[in-house]
Amino acid sequence: MSVQGGTAIAETAKATPPPGPRRPFRLGVGRWGLGVYAVMAFAFLLIPIVYTIVFSFNDVRRTNIVWRGFTLDNWLNVCDQQEVCQAFGNSILVAVVATVLATTLGTAMAIALVRYRFRFRSATTLLLFLPMATPEVVLGAGLAAQFLAAGIAKGILTIILAHTMFCISFVVVTVRARVASLDPALEEAGRDLYASPAQVFWRITFPLLLPGIIAAALLSFALSFDDFIITTFNSGAAVTFPKYVYTAAARGIPAQANVIASAVFLIAIIGVVIAQVAAGIRRKQLARNG
Amino acid sequence: MAFGAFSSATPVAAEPAVRRRSPIALFLLLPGALYLSLFFLVPFVSLILTSFQAPREFGDIGQYDYAFKWENYVAVIQTYLPHILRSFGYAAIATVLALLFSYPLAYFIGVKLRRYPLWQALALTLVIAPFFISFLLRTLAWKQILSDEGPVVSALQALTVLPEGAHITGTPVAVIFGLTYNFIPFMTLPIYTSLERLDLRYVEAGGDLYASPATTFLRVTVPLSLPGIISGTLLTFIPASGDYINASRDFLGSTDTAMIGNVIEANFLQLQNYPAAAALSIVLMAVILVFVSVYVKRSGTEELL
Amino acid sequence: MASSFAESGADLELVGITKRFPGFTAIDHLDLTIPAGSFFALLGPSGCGKTTTLRLIAGLEDPTAGRILIGGKDVTNTKSYRRPVNTVFQSYALFPHMTIIENVAFGLKRRGIQNPMGLAHEALRLVELDHLAQRRPSQLSGGQQQRVALARAVVNRPALLLLDEPLGALDLKLRRQMQIELKQIQGDVGLTFLHVTHDQEEAMTMADTIAVMNKGEIEQMGAPEELYELPRTAFVANFLGQSNLFTGPVITSKGDTLVVDIAGRKLEVPRDRAQRHAGEVTIGVRPEKLALLTDEPKQEAGVNLVGPGRVVDVSFSGVSTQYQVQVPGLGLMTVFSQNMVFGPVVNVGAEVWLTWGVEHGFGLADDPATAPRFEPDEDTSQIATQRRERLETEFEEA
Repeated sequence: MSVQGGTAIAETAKATPPPGPRRPFRLGVGRWGLGVYAVMAFAFLLIPIVYTIVFSFNDVRRTNIVWRGFTLDNWLNVCDQQEVCQAFGNSILVAVVATVLATTLGTAMAIALVRYRFRFRSATTLLLFLPMATPEVVLGAGLAAQFLAAGIAKGILTIILAHTMFCISFVVVTVRARVASLDPALEEAGRDLYASPAQVFWRITFPLLLPGIIAAALLSFALSFDDFIITTFNSGAAVTFPKYVYTAAARGIPAQANVIASAVFLIAIIGVVIAQVAAGIRRKQLARNG
Repeated sequence: MAFGAFSSATPVAAEPAVRRRSPIALFLLLPGALYLSLFFLVPFVSLILTSFQAPREFGDIGQYDYAFKWENYVAVIQTYLPHILRSFGYAAIATVLALLFSYPLAYFIGVKLRRYPLWQALALTLVIAPFFISFLLRTLAWKQILSDEGPVVSALQALTVLPEGAHITGTPVAVIFGLTYNFIPFMTLPIYTSLERLDLRYVEAGGDLYASPATTFLRVTVPLSLPGIISGTLLTFIPASGDYINASRDFLGSTDTAMIGNVIEANFLQLQNYPAAAALSIVLMAVILVFVSVYVKRSGTEELL
Repeated sequence: MASSFAESGADLELVGITKRFPGFTAIDHLDLTIPAGSFFALLGPSGCGKTTTLRLIAGLEDPTAGRILIGGKDVTNTKSYRRPVNTVFQSYALFPHMTIIENVAFGLKRRGIQNPMGLAHEALRLVELDHLAQRRPSQLSGGQQQRVALARAVVNRPALLLLDEPLGALDLKLRRQMQIELKQIQGDVGLTFLHVTHDQEEAMTMADTIAVMNKGEIEQMGAPEELYELPRTAFVANFLGQSNLFTGPVITSKGDTLVVDIAGRKLEVPRDRAQRHAGEVTIGVRPEKLALLTDEPKQEAGVNLVGPGRVVDVSFSGVSTQYQVQVPGLGLMTVFSQNMVFGPVVNVGAEVWLTWGVEHGFGLADDPATAPRFEPDEDTSQIATQRRERLETEFEEA
């Protein structure tokens, strides 16, 4: 560091930016603009949801397009339209089975990816990534072509197989984040305290991973339940809830479909809110005791 | 990073330095890897093979033989070029619109709400709330709202923005609108994840170094949130280009707005023209893979998940 | 050359600055003037308000009341990006997505200065990092990042350069080196530096003027020697170095010394070095001014004598040896003795007498009736920890 260097810097422009004009009000649109935008954005996002819920109470004649009057009939007689309930039941069945399969397979892969070294790591990552990057039409068409060639009849089974396939990747992503954030020192402590590898896994690793696994399972369930495109290609005659809605869209969707969708929505929202509140309470408890 | 946006927003700790080599790894990986190979890779190969098939001589509709009829691709691209261009066009516009809509929202939640984690959680819940209502029903809801008898058209006609007798539903506007709406959460969440981790001291440093708030935003905030922007763009563009619900006649579109997805569905399920459907799927896949490979070159495969 | 230097730095004036946060007041009616071209240190424990003061000057926070003037111009309502002030952040805040040279040129480009890259290279040469100009911040060591952060701020030739504990993350040797370099750069370039730190040694080494801050107020301000040799409050006496403090009533105050009764002994303090001349006063003396004697000496004029006491602890610390001596009635006294011979002068358990020249004593302005009596060897880190804990409980209750 030299005096010459200092001198050179000293020759820098002597003009410094002048202080701005004296502003009496610091608060302007700038502070609140973003908040207002956010509120409007949320309102926009919720419009179709509100619409669907509201129209589940519509006094329907033939089509549920024009508002006729408020009635609780639809909610009380949900399964009047047999097909709606049956489709709903199928969706639940498929989602549960696919979730169990995908979560098991995906959790195993996630643990392997984070904790172990193996060859073909890049290939495995790519294999997991591709289903997420492939448009559903391609996935659906591909599987359907495959079932066709193999002579497997399309039905509930093929739907389950298809859903499991695309859910695995999402499970891996979710659980992987959780595994990576686990402190390896905890498992080392377990081994130091005489626990066998199996005990370390079931008593230490698994309980710590559980929140991530549950999150992955919920995500997988949601994806499977709402899936339409892949299901259409691979369901044959079987009907799931989204497929029912699509085919019924041409002639008019019964309000019972709105009822089911609203019920699912409310359960999901309440579930999320409860989870957040519980987590918040637990955090406060820990802070007070810790 | 790309798809990890769907996991919780808690930052991932540094990977543990030691990765063990063990046969257990194989035991853990194999079931899932085999499943995916069987139900993804093999069908994919099957799709490629199907795209080269030729109709069986004297066979019924829907019966094909293995061949190398590469003319399928030529035919399909020629016939459906408008649909292909339309699909990527709509998807691109929808992606840009979703980005413009989502970035301020993600900024609000990820930066402005940082001091209130409970409000942050509530805001995020509101962002993903649309997911909890069936995709089809929310698109249908927009169809009713944007229909000729609905409030939007009436209001726009009253303001003389729309001429009498004009539609919104059935036009590209409605389709793009639907696409944008349905993929906003896909764009918002990755950007939120990026912005949530933004160290605000960089923004302070920008201001300290004579950058106006606008300049600081462009030169500091946006570049530092670029991973989230790229993730969100991929997560939106890829599914949007293959979507066919929004563009379908029964929903927001009409026969004039058919996208690749509609065509593939029609060819596969109705016309039973499996080679055409397969060829189109491969074309769609190929274009998308080009985009993805550009992204992978930038960040490597580790960042994908 | 000299004239351009004088124009570079500018006066900083804080007038009646108050900053309130929900729940507590960080700064209350602070008045401060920093002359142009000086190296000024704001010294205090964690939570005393020094970082808040710095952020107010930088424009990163708004004061609840009061005015800030730079070079005579009122900048209270000016946003940070319009103030002629640059900050070297504690975390450096180097933009990770830009190279070193782009970081340094950032401010110049925003102001539209000619030849920004050339000037940026000059700045990097000043801190001897030009050969790494194309690297990213993550590819540099902590010390190198600190130098880049400095170059990035200095290259803009601001009227006022703020340094927010910039040397905290460096190891001791590097910190010593950077202290000397910073002082030299400040002298060469002629900017006004405001250095915020909790490290009293750093402040004394680098600054022309130190202001000791406590609970949002400045307790004492002056040259390092002045603050060290003549502290005015118990806080300053104990925060800057160590002190032996005693409290007692003033017996006589005629002539040019005060005579104070400390547990039966008469100790003298020069009148012009005492802040209070009547009633209960606290007087003190620095540990290195004490002489340790193994035989009882004769009482001399101009020398304070206490003893006999017993050596309770002997602690070697390279340059000096620290002795703790228990003197009945006075408590535990600390003595620093420069190691002129190998090994300690006395061992634990030895009976010793302590003397010091009357001219080295000082009298504090604190009223012992209100101020807590400090243990003679309370050190700065303890005070800092206590203050932080107090603030944390305040925050939680808020």
